[in-house]
Amino acid sequence: MTDAIVPVRAETDPRIRELKRFLWRLGRRKTTIVGGVFVALFLALAIFAPLISPYDPIAGNWATVRKAPSAAHWLGTDELGRDMLARIIWGARASLSAGCVSVGLALALGVPMGLAAGYAGGWIEATLMRLTDAMLAIPFLILAIALATFLGPSLTNAMMAIGISATPVFVRLTRGQVIAAKVEDYVEAARALGNPPLRIAVRHILPNVLPPILVQATLTIAAAIIAEASLSFLGLGQQPPQPSWGSMLNVAKGFLNQAPWMALSPGAAIFVVVLAFNMLGDGLRDALDPRD
Amino acid sequence: MRRFILHRLGVLVPTLIFVSMMIFALQQLLPGDPALALAGEERDPQVIQFLRARYHLDQPLPVRYAYWIGGVLHGDLGESIRIQRPVAELVLEKLPVTGELTVMAMIIALTIGIPAGIVAAVKRGTAWDVAANAVALWGLSTPNFWLGILMILLFSVHLGWLPASGYVSPFESLWGNLSTLIMPAFVLGNAIAAVIMRHTRSAMLQVMRSDYVRTARAKGLSERVVILKHGLRNALGPVITLGALEFGQLLSGAVLTEQVFTIPGFGKLVVDAVFNRDYAVVQGVVLCTASFYILLNLAADLLYAAINPRLRA
Repeated sequence: MTDAIVPVRAETDPRIRELKRFLWRLGRRKTTIVGGVFVALFLALAIFAPLISPYDPIAGNWATVRKAPSAAHWLGTDELGRDMLARIIWGARASLSAGCVSVGLALALGVPMGLAAGYAGGWIEATLMRLTDAMLAIPFLILAIALATFLGPSLTNAMMAIGISATPVFVRLTRGQVIAAKVEDYVEAARALGNPPLRIAVRHILPNVLPPILVQATLTIAAAIIAEASLSFLGLGQQPPQPSWGSMLNVAKGFLNQAPWMALSPGAAIFVVVLAFNMLGDGLRDALDPRD
Repeated sequence: MRRFILHRLGVLVPTLIFVSMMIFALQQLLPGDPALALAGEERDPQVIQFLRARYHLDQPLPVRYAYWIGGVLHGDLGESIRIQRPVAELVLEKLPVTGELTVMAMIIALTIGIPAGIVAAVKRGTAWDVAANAVALWGLSTPNFWLGILMILLFSVHLGWLPASGYVSPFESLWGNLSTLIMPAFVLGNAIAAVIMRHTRSAMLQVMRSDYVRTARAKGLSERVVILKHGLRNALGPVITLGALEFGQLLSGAVLTEQVFTIPGFGKLVVDAVFNRDYAVVQGVVLCTASFYILLNLAADLLYAAINPRLRA
């Protein structure tokens, strides 16, 4: 008798039903699945780089300088004879870690600020929002370049610069969501039960406003990967001889006549990984907001 | 309308103050003695002493900010340590080049983005819609410096049709000016076109479902008139606001595009300053960009209010 009741309960549980519906909507779009597969593939490349990489990405070889793609070097070699494929594989580490770490930093700063601004209101909201407006007034990449310039050129500083520059978007988004959520019945009920404001904000409101923030985070990872590549292209990110897709393109620009393949694979890698994150983000957004 | 303008101006002032504080605070990120850092490789004690006095580095932070902002308000953005010229003069010199590039890029973006958005919305769910969305996703995912390199590879290295780099003033040669700017402007406008296409599509879809469009159709107007006169005119409001916001992205993109095509504009100025550790120039460029962006947003809001009767009331 009990055995017969359990599955019925599970199916009528609104949270499980909601999750099933979300997964169904997510899987309905083929582009989301393709995006997810490519993101997983690049993550695997970054994690298992030492096992997959066919050559040392740093050691040069004067015998193989600027060799066109061949069976030995699938994507050719660069101006110091290094294997392009090995550098692309190791470059995935810089790009993906920059994407994830900087967005993690932006979330860690932006979400609590947005939560405080939206829930507390008053002068806290006014101050935080003017600060956010000020940061949004400086175009994303210009702010990242300025921060990276003053912090000094390195991958860590580039990640910090990108993370700080991406923070205001999360402050704005979280605040908007919190303002809409704080008048809901479940928040009123939590307040009536005597929960302190911090507990209401963190335990009751935050879990309910997380979905759009996670969608934004996925899309911001794509933007952060392009930003890291841009900073590295300008010489403000990953420093040579460590591989980075942006710095590889910067070097390739000087050899367009002699070795055009040097410019193709790093750009294609950035394009594919950014496209994959955009496709995944778009799919997540549509699955969470079926109105569109 | 007056209340709306006063409210926007009221928000503008504290925003500008915060922006100036943030840009001034950038200097504090420099490790160690700011005078040594500002001097770069120059270790002459006289130079360091001069910098200390010039930037009031021996004064408390709020006093230094007051001196700095006072100078900014009088048009003094500091002096380039490398070029030994006022930053304001350098900015004014490079601004027309970047201005021309960004305006050309915006024209390209609007020319591609708005028609593509209309077609995608009107032919929703068809191959046209899928193709327009695919092109938009491509535009959003392509790093513009890579697209620039690919275009140089095709049009300059292989076909030899266009110059790979440089800039010719329109007063010198109009054709030379166009041939040097067409590739960078396309590269810069490409991503913005994708954003504008998506927003036009979304706005058009909403407008085409509204009652007044249904009424226009019921009156027997041709589909072309319904789309362009009743649909597009009402959908353009959010696109105008977005266009202004995207100008900020154009300025960001210009930094990279000017670097790829070696165009002597605003972006090239800031990148050269970064490599020369010419901090006053970096601060000056960021301040000008931010102020320009804030004013552009204000203009877009006012324009939006002017064409939207609900905000005008």
